[in-house]
Amino acid sequence: METNLALLLLFAPFAGFLINIFFGKKLSKTLTGTLGTVAVAVSFAATLYFFLQVLQTKTPVMVNLFEWLHLANFTVNFSFQLDQLSLLWLMFVTGIGTLIHMYSISYMHDDENMHKFFAYLNLFVFFMITLVMGSNLLIMFIGWEGVGLCSYLLIGFWYKNQEYNDAAKKAFIMNRIGDLGFLIGIFILAYLFHTVEYDLMKAELENGWSVDKAWLGIAMLCLFIGACGKSAQLPLYTWLPDAMAGPTPVSALIHAATMVTAGIFMITRLNFLFNLTPDVLEIIAVVGAVTSLVAASIGLVQNDIKKVLAYSTVSQLGLIFLALGLGAYEIAVFHVITHAFFKACLFLGSGSVIHALHGEQDMRNMGGLRKVMKITFVTFLISTLAISGLPPFSGFFSKDEILMTAFHHNKPLWVIGSLASIMTAFYMFRLLYLTFYKDFRGTEEQKHHLHESPTLITFPLIVLAILALVGGAISLPGMSWLNEYLAPVMAKPAEHHHLGNTEYMLMGIAVVGALIGIGVAYAKYIKKGEVPPADAQITGVTNVLYNKYYVDEIYTAIIIKPIYAIGSFFKNVTEVALSGFVFGLGRAATLLGNQGKTVQNGSIGFYLLVFVLGVCSILGYIFLVK
Amino acid sequence: MENILQQVGIDNYIYLSTLLFCVGIFGVLFRRNAIVMFMSIEIMLNAVNLLLVAFSTYHQDAAGQVFVFFSMAVAAAEVAVGLAILVAVYRNHNGIDIDNLKKLKG
Repeated sequence: METNLALLLLFAPFAGFLINIFFGKKLSKTLTGTLGTVAVAVSFAATLYFFLQVLQTKTPVMVNLFEWLHLANFTVNFSFQLDQLSLLWLMFVTGIGTLIHMYSISYMHDDENMHKFFAYLNLFVFFMITLVMGSNLLIMFIGWEGVGLCSYLLIGFWYKNQEYNDAAKKAFIMNRIGDLGFLIGIFILAYLFHTVEYDLMKAELENGWSVDKAWLGIAMLCLFIGACGKSAQLPLYTWLPDAMAGPTPVSALIHAATMVTAGIFMITRLNFLFNLTPDVLEIIAVVGAVTSLVAASIGLVQNDIKKVLAYSTVSQLGLIFLALGLGAYEIAVFHVITHAFFKACLFLGSGSVIHALHGEQDMRNMGGLRKVMKITFVTFLISTLAISGLPPFSGFFSKDEILMTAFHHNKPLWVIGSLASIMTAFYMFRLLYLTFYKDFRGTEEQKHHLHESPTLITFPLIVLAILALVGGAISLPGMSWLNEYLAPVMAKPAEHHHLGNTEYMLMGIAVVGALIGIGVAYAKYIKKGEVPPADAQITGVTNVLYNKYYVDEIYTAIIIKPIYAIGSFFKNVTEVALSGFVFGLGRAATLLGNQGKTVQNGSIGFYLLVFVLGVCSILGYIFLVK
Repeated sequence: MENILQQVGIDNYIYLSTLLFCVGIFGVLFRRNAIVMFMSIEIMLNAVNLLLVAFSTYHQDAAGQVFVFFSMAVAAAEVAVGLAILVAVYRNHNGIDIDNLKKLKG
């Protein structure tokens, strides 16, 4: 029963994928969309069942399908593990997934390849479930690669645009770099523990299995590189903003709520190992904090609505890594969840806006939408307040916990995180003001067509906005349901911060910081009514930020150019030399043949003469010389 | 039998057949007419036959003579084929001068 239900959970989206990819073209658009949505909804229902069951019994459900690999002393099972952590993850993957599928029915309705879109989305959910459910690192790796593939397919979904294809390739290659690290990490762990099952590794550690700390550190670092690639951290983050080339639901599902959290999931899953390597945790914390600041500062000046959200995603992921690095895995998970809610809502909201403006993404050509798109506006506002970290919205609690932990462990990181938060508040309200306030700045034509989106689009927005509003309740400071719930999968008990004066002061600072950010945005874009200048007029620091610190250009200069140089060296020098040699041999043979063929002159008399001379010389050799 | 060899002597047979063979070789090498060349080849063949018979008598072994019969039968067949080819060549080239037959030039 449990096995079957777990398989249903896993394979429902895969079935949806198969049907849509093979028969989708013949089915009507509404039907393909509904099929895709139902497939994920089935998974959600199954997840809910297991979630409630595990909530009661507190024992994880293990499903072992078969033995996958068996080498001398190393066995890998094809098995799944539904415990507190994976179920929590599945809850929001399938839950938000269902909402986004529903949203896509309307959003993608005019696309000729809608069936393909749903097939890919379903395949993505399938791989994400595999990633989360697997009971060992190899199964996680299957899902890990699979979501990368789906991300590639979906970013390049509008494949007729070469820029989008490039963005897809960029995402894939960046992810591959990370994946290599991940794979090496798995190999080292397999070498150290003779197993890749989470539970067995944990048990071995508890039984006093001695592990070479140096190797473990390298393994953890490699795994972290993998997480960097998937979760868009420095220095591998540049693919995420470009990934906005995909349709907006993809950005919401993959590049905000689910796939990018895979790295965080992996680190949380292996928290018992990461705890043993404090140096690696230190690195994670620093990388996270720096990423969050860098991405937030770039977000300050972007004008593409989706780019702003993309950088805010990178920045928030950075904060989550900061929490991971401080060993506060519960808080990281908490922020992942609240972030999934409000970021999905923000992306879907921006999709709704883009939909209403028929593909316009530049905020300089928006404005005043608050009057026409009431539902979108309100939900967007709630999510913006949540991401800015104002109470009582969900983002406040999770972000505040992160900063609080940072304050207790490492003050400089707290400063960086707080700065990033203030910037977040600023650019999010900048986005809100530019999009929804003042007057419409687009063309008359667009203005004429402005409309609120249909129910299929607004319903997910409303649900997500409500979740963004109340999501903080799962882990209130002082009485955290989440910490208790996650306790069985964590190696160390969660830290309890006694709510003293310091804590209230920190909260106050965070709120005031957010208010300052909002205030600056208000003064600039409402009071003064500024509109960001056209690209050519951007100068100074703004220009550096607008061009994302020229990171792409730097990568081009130090990595891509040299590789091209090596390539052209091989093409122009080595290949010429080699082919000269090979063709030279051929030419020599032809030349020799041309010389030799004069012997064959066609004269029978000559042949006979040579023949007789030959016989004579052979006979002469035999009788005289020998 | 023996008295034949006593009368002439084996070495004379060897000289004769060598001479015949050389005549054949020079005929093949220096004549341009295909039929004459053909005849020269036959002379060479018969030079060998003569030698075989002579040695067969010398060694008191009839096998050599049996071989000669075979060899002559094969030669007869070969002549038939060879002449047929020559007839075909003559029809196509209006002549059998081998200097005109240069189609095998590489």
